[in-house]
Amino acid sequence: MNRNLLIGAALSTVFLCLAALSFFWTPYDIETLDISNKLQGFSLTHWLGTDHFGRDILSMIMMGARTSIAVALLAVGIGVTLGIPLGLTAAARRGSVLDELIMRGNDLIFAFPSLIIAILITAVFGASTINAIIAIGIFNIPVFARLTRAAALPLWERDFILAARVCGKSQARISLEHILPNITNLMIVQGTIQFSLGILAEAALSYIGLGAQPPTASWGRMLADAQTLVIIAPFTALVPGFAIVLMVLGLNLLGDGLRDWLDPKLRVDRT
Amino acid sequence: MIRYTLGRLSSLVISLVVASIVIFLVIEVIPGDPAAFMLGINAREDTLAALRAEMGLDQPLLARYLDWVFGMVQGDFGNSWTYKTPVAELIGDRIWVSLPLSIYALSLSILIAFPAGIYAASRRGRMGDVYVIGLTQFGVALPNFWFAMILVLIFAINLRWFSAGGFLGWDNPFLAVKSLTLPAIALALPQAAILARVMRSSLIDILGEDFIRTARAKGLTRRQALWRHAVRNALIPVLTIIGLQFSFLLAGGIIIEQVFFLPGLGRLIFQSISARDLIVVESVVMLLVFTVIMVNFIVDLAYVAVDPRLRSRG
Repeated sequence: MNRNLLIGAALSTVFLCLAALSFFWTPYDIETLDISNKLQGFSLTHWLGTDHFGRDILSMIMMGARTSIAVALLAVGIGVTLGIPLGLTAAARRGSVLDELIMRGNDLIFAFPSLIIAILITAVFGASTINAIIAIGIFNIPVFARLTRAAALPLWERDFILAARVCGKSQARISLEHILPNITNLMIVQGTIQFSLGILAEAALSYIGLGAQPPTASWGRMLADAQTLVIIAPFTALVPGFAIVLMVLGLNLLGDGLRDWLDPKLRVDRT
Repeated sequence: MIRYTLGRLSSLVISLVVASIVIFLVIEVIPGDPAAFMLGINAREDTLAALRAEMGLDQPLLARYLDWVFGMVQGDFGNSWTYKTPVAELIGDRIWVSLPLSIYALSLSILIAFPAGIYAASRRGRMGDVYVIGLTQFGVALPNFWFAMILVLIFAINLRWFSAGGFLGWDNPFLAVKSLTLPAIALALPQAAILARVMRSSLIDILGEDFIRTARAKGLTRRQALWRHAVRNALIPVLTIIGLQFSFLLAGGIIIEQVFFLPGLGRLIFQSISARDLIVVESVVMLLVFTVIMVNFIVDLAYVAVDPRLRSRG
């Protein structure tokens, strides 16, 4: 076990547990406003203080973790379920019109940064959590499609694939039974990285008001609310910011650690 | 070289055409009646008719699309419904905030990332490398808009070195650059962290190549081999990332403009979304996508300048 993997797994687990716990229990109810207790600093009753409505910041962070993780996870899901099959198809039909179409389509999505996709979607359909998931998810499709194709292409040249073809297996079956298991590790690592990028993207979209809408708690919205309060109550901006940094840092370390751990070749190289 | 350029050029044109069709469909076709969408449910019938005529909604779809595209090619982006001015004018005013900001941030990012990446690679595995890697891990995880708020807290509110936001125009270039400095740093540092990591790993790969050993064998010092042979060869993956980063900086700038109250394209696009001024949203998004596609095209050509091997490959 390497150090990156341990720290990354620990940080990610903490936030996953906080999010899971929020389904059953939070220190305070975040939908009850308590204006008389607004902008309290760190204390024993409110560990991470209260915001401008007197809501408990720790409870908001827990609920926000839930939103962040749900959005990022579903966005990765969109990328995986659409991107991997597209990449496998492109690799199986290498050089065909279909391959060319899939890859050019990917290039096209890359020309729209995810934020611009989000802006387009919200301009027409309005801001919501679902639209944020779609906007981030669309951008994940070409990431997984390209990576799958790039990883699958050299596999198609290998002898065990040739053997499978001699046995009369179809391209689709070979892709599913032989190519996919061999690139799963790579996809897990990339999935972790896209998950962390998704957390950052969700925070950014909610910050500019294109993501989760009140009363849904979200780290990005907490930062947007804190912006005007930063002079009198800096902790309202510091706490959600650190939550984002630690969560993303944890996932990135986890991704790096997993890559080293899952790939025996790298394990030797890195020493 | 010519075949390569022509190939890139044709895919550039195709990308632009498809992108414009997608944007046109999303903005003008999916809402059903864009005029009704823009004016809301309480619109009076004569206002609706006026907007429909203004947007040319009585014409067939293809004619409207061609009208929009050829208008843009000639610099006519239509008229904003809420501002009652040509969209081109609105963009023209604001681009002088957004574009300098992106270029400023990109330059800062390169200025920080190149030395950091080269330093880390040349000290691979030693303390200096570990520090740079640790810092970049942190930088990659940093949301730029939060970092911007921290910068405002420290340098504008506590130290009072910079203003916390706003932009007074280019009449006084010193003040203009000064008010773009904090936003540019906020945009640049997270990107610099990514770039430094790419520079480092690319350079480490190159330093393991045979031609570097040959260079050392013929008597070059480590430093000479690094600067004369390795850095130039390590630039290819770095260039790709710089191209991608420019699009992130343009898009990221939209958010940072919100933090610093800068009157750039980002603010324009958000004001237009809340005013449902689809004509402005459509044109600004097209302009941003056009820029991203152009930058990636230029990066593709820059590869050839950096790597002569690509010239013959076509």
